[in-house]
Amino acid sequence: MSATQYDMFLLVLGIFGVLLVASLVGYVLQRRLSPDGSNAAIENLNSRINAWWVMAILIAIAFVAGRIGVLILFAFCSFAALREFVTLTNTRRADHWALATAFFVVLPVQYFLLWTEDYGIFSIFIPVYAFLLMPIIAVMRGDTQHFLIRISEVQWALMICVFCASHVPALLTLHIPGYEGRNVLLIAFLVIVVQLSDVLQYVWGKLFGRTKIAPNLSPSKTVEGFVGGVASATLIGAGLWWITPFTPIQAGVMALVITLMGFFGGLVMSAIKRDRGVKDWGNLIEGHGGLIDRLDSVVFSAPIFFHLTRYWWAA
Amino acid sequence: MRALIAKFAAEVVLLFARAVTAVRATWHESGLPRRRSVYFANHSSHGDFVLIWTVLPPRLRRRVRPVAGADYWLKSKLTSFIGRDVFNAVLIQRDRELREADPVETMAQALDEGSSLIFFPEGTRNQTDAQLLPFKSGLFHLATARPDVDLVPVWIANLNRVMPKGEFVPIPLICTVTFGAPMHLASGEAKEAFIERAHAALLALSPKQAGGSE
Repeated sequence: MSATQYDMFLLVLGIFGVLLVASLVGYVLQRRLSPDGSNAAIENLNSRINAWWVMAILIAIAFVAGRIGVLILFAFCSFAALREFVTLTNTRRADHWALATAFFVVLPVQYFLLWTEDYGIFSIFIPVYAFLLMPIIAVMRGDTQHFLIRISEVQWALMICVFCASHVPALLTLHIPGYEGRNVLLIAFLVIVVQLSDVLQYVWGKLFGRTKIAPNLSPSKTVEGFVGGVASATLIGAGLWWITPFTPIQAGVMALVITLMGFFGGLVMSAIKRDRGVKDWGNLIEGHGGLIDRLDSVVFSAPIFFHLTRYWWAA
Repeated sequence: MRALIAKFAAEVVLLFARAVTAVRATWHESGLPRRRSVYFANHSSHGDFVLIWTVLPPRLRRRVRPVAGADYWLKSKLTSFIGRDVFNAVLIQRDRELREADPVETMAQALDEGSSLIFFPEGTRNQTDAQLLPFKSGLFHLATARPDVDLVPVWIANLNRVMPKGEFVPIPLICTVTFGAPMHLASGEAKEAFIERAHAALLALSPKQAGGSE
């Protein structure tokens, strides 16, 4: 077993161990406090734990399948997220071809560019080409009503669901001296830190939460949960330095950046939901909301994490 | 062989419908329909009955038959294969002049054989800006002919945005299918009153706007 495989094995063992403990705790809580499924907080906790199992298993399978597996997994996530996003926007008949292009041209091309590892075009394809192409296609139909709003919505849908999300698998394309063959662990680092930060904010908030941070956006987010969650996720991130190319302090700083971006990503995505008058983005994960509900914080932190890593560590 | 191909085609249609629309059902609080039912729904796309068909549990799906116009589905070999073999449609003759069988008789007969029906009381696809067109009288006549059958209103949301009129590339959007409370013809209820009640019951299931402006 190589050093990389050994580290991966250790990591997977750790994750499954944590999930196992979480499932056990959830089970005991459910038996004790909510035997008839009436305690919403506990039911929600258990549904989240189940979603993490699915997430961990899918990512593990994709990792085993290699680069193509990871690309296909995230391309599917982008598709499902884009479907949820566009469902809530103000599309009109005249947007039909622009939307079809977003789904069936822009999305596949973005992931194809990732496959070719051509950073020069990968990084600007959506913000330059797709952003200019969308209004051009839409304007052909001559429908000017709410034009700017409609175009911005499609552009933002692409930005969030395709551009940002594709930066998670893009971590595989970085060439970091002394870190060859281990890039998949960077994805693991990002996803673990973001998800743990979400969980820990939730736990700290439940235990000590008094002061609401943004009552208009998300009634469950509190200052205490935010500070406790960010601090503990940062510490855990620092403790995971051995799977990254970073020193412990660098890993901690990266984890801090990731958790902050993740937190604000969650807020931004809540604001969009509030504006559209819905509670969840969709129904992909039966009864637990949509894919974007689980990915919102990953999506915001991925491009920043990718860029910082590329800027300072990649050759 | 023909039946096998039809079965396979049906599975492909189900898979495709789910891949594009991630369709999800919202059932009425009284739970899944238990008795023979006539599902009456809003109609804006060719895919409407496919979505209802997709969300019904297999046990119910096997017994449900869409009601469709014979003039449309018997036009070619392919459409009649899809209509008859894949979806097992109850084909009715809409044109008064040409028809040999009374549509209500045909539908009642299918109900008597133990099938449930998917029925579009607007009579045709809604391609206007109105949410729901006025109903034709078919639903009333069916309710009169078989008063014990549950009439279940079903609202199909978003499918018209997936494939608007005149387009052939579907846009993947999430669709929902909402089932309302079963209703029946009240004793002595007049045609207009019943039609109006059914129309209102269906319209009440339409979602408060979340997306789309057409």
